[in-house]
Amino acid sequence: MARKSTTQRVVVSTIGAWFFGFLIFFPILWMVLASFKTELEAFAIPPSFLFFHWTTENYATVQERSDYLLHAMNSIIIAGGSTLIALVIAVPAAWSMAFSPTKRTKDILLWMLSTKMMPPVGVLVPIYLIYKAFGLLDSRIGLVFILCLGNLPIVIWMLFTYFKEIPRDILEAARMDGATIGRELIYVLTPMAIPGLASTLLLNLILAWNEAFWTLNLSTSNAAPLTTFIASYSSPEGLFWAKLSAASTLAIAPILVLGWFSQKQLVRGLTFGAVK
Amino acid sequence: MGQITLQGVQKSFGPVHIIKGADLDVADGSFVVFVGPSGCGKTTLLRLIAGLEDVTGGAILIDGKNVVDTPPAKRGLSMVFQSYALYPHMSVRGNIGFGLKMAGLPKDEINRKVEAAAATLNLSPYLDRKPRELSGGQRQRVAIGRAIVREPKGFLFDEPLSNLDAALRVQMRIEVTRLQKQLGTTAIYVTHDQVEAMTMADKIVVLNAGKIEQYGSPLELYERPANLFVAGFIGSPRMNFVTGDNAAQRGASTIGVRPEHLKIEREGGGGWQGTIAVAEHLGSDTFLYVDAGPLGMLTARYIGELSLHAGDRVSLVPDPARIHRFDQGGNALRN
Repeated sequence: MARKSTTQRVVVSTIGAWFFGFLIFFPILWMVLASFKTELEAFAIPPSFLFFHWTTENYATVQERSDYLLHAMNSIIIAGGSTLIALVIAVPAAWSMAFSPTKRTKDILLWMLSTKMMPPVGVLVPIYLIYKAFGLLDSRIGLVFILCLGNLPIVIWMLFTYFKEIPRDILEAARMDGATIGRELIYVLTPMAIPGLASTLLLNLILAWNEAFWTLNLSTSNAAPLTTFIASYSSPEGLFWAKLSAASTLAIAPILVLGWFSQKQLVRGLTFGAVK
Repeated sequence: MGQITLQGVQKSFGPVHIIKGADLDVADGSFVVFVGPSGCGKTTLLRLIAGLEDVTGGAILIDGKNVVDTPPAKRGLSMVFQSYALYPHMSVRGNIGFGLKMAGLPKDEINRKVEAAAATLNLSPYLDRKPRELSGGQRQRVAIGRAIVREPKGFLFDEPLSNLDAALRVQMRIEVTRLQKQLGTTAIYVTHDQVEAMTMADKIVVLNAGKIEQYGSPLELYERPANLFVAGFIGSPRMNFVTGDNAAQRGASTIGVRPEHLKIEREGGGGWQGTIAVAEHLGSDTFLYVDAGPLGMLTARYIGELSLHAGDRVSLVPDPARIHRFDQGGNALRN
């Protein structure tokens, strides 16, 4: 009897999970479907779910009208560059806070997180003026810089919680075993920290890829990543749902694929420290 | 060789004095146990010897050479941690051989030594497993293997058995003792468990609040505790302490009698009268917890079965030759 009710519970919760998963995924699915419709069908009410005239003409138009590759390359450079620089800064920062904390470590961590609580629009004007003065508007380096700074607190936090989980004893055992700092790093720390580094890197890559506020406001064409590319399809002449959907699908496809293949790492990274 | 000497070793963390000047001489090949309540500084003292903490003052000599400025690996000691501290990403072979690899030994020599150590510890079938695939006892043995393979001058054990269940703990206790005797390597072992201390040690160091209270063989500590703290800490169940007139009659401020040195008689004898509050019948022993009125609760131990029960009145007669006397300051008075 008890067994049966457990099975029932599993079935119910599985169905529930699939339902909510589908609900969350639905907008993306709808977008992908719309990208294969004609503009007319994309607007049609009642909307057709699967039985419409499938076409790839939107993709052709998007390809014709704008330089997808340039924007994709910008996205890769901006997301990748800001992530790498953030990691280079965050690893030693998180390291020192995790392994030689001081009285102020907790305060510093909270202060860093507090910068994420401020709405970015609050500093848009000063940042814009600074960027203008330094000639950083619509430049890749400018976007790398601002995204790196924006995500740095999260990167440090993630790495900090990750490093905190590495038992001190193991580092001490390595010292007793005669490992120098360098060899400790190569043989003990890095292998143990790789999962943490990987999930931090992935998450930051996704955050930077999807960041739209700064990229939209600080770039127009040359340095514009895919977010700006999408936005350019909501034009004053009217909305072109199908084309906008095609552009969006193209923009999120690379990161969606990356996320799909690395979901195990991501989930582990995000729940790390939460479950002992 | 592995003679370890501490001379006035001190350690402070900021204004807090953890170790207030420790002097100790650990003879080559001996098994010394540091025992004391939590927070007494025993682990800190061990870490100072290991070199994982720097001393604030004093000297640590290993074979006559002061090592306070020598890094941990160069001191020729190896340590077994409470948490085992195995490298999770390495196999058992990798774990045991890591120290040798760091020392730059050739691969086949490392393999030979690792396999010999594994054979000693019955770990041979598990050499290619990862630590997570091992049981608690096996992990503990890997940690010990990592320590012995380097053929150190001394082993440092930091409460190595406290994560094991009771049965395994007893078994490992015997294994560790036998291994140490077999290798003849000096060992310093930290525990809060006085039974472990009594059974394993050649000599025990009783620590309390950063001070060495007494250093001696287990039986010395049992028979001639230097002060109230040692008297109360060593021995199980705990020694009974009686103050007041009973102590004054014997020229002391406090007298102590171990539970096994109280003779249990029917009420009316010449001893301390009381009512049994709890009687524990273990078959091999009987423990009586007796409410002795103004004397407080007294514990008495009888070897074998004694058919007395809660509520019975008894008289407890201390063995006059086995009464420990202490002065006002808690120090033992010798006759």
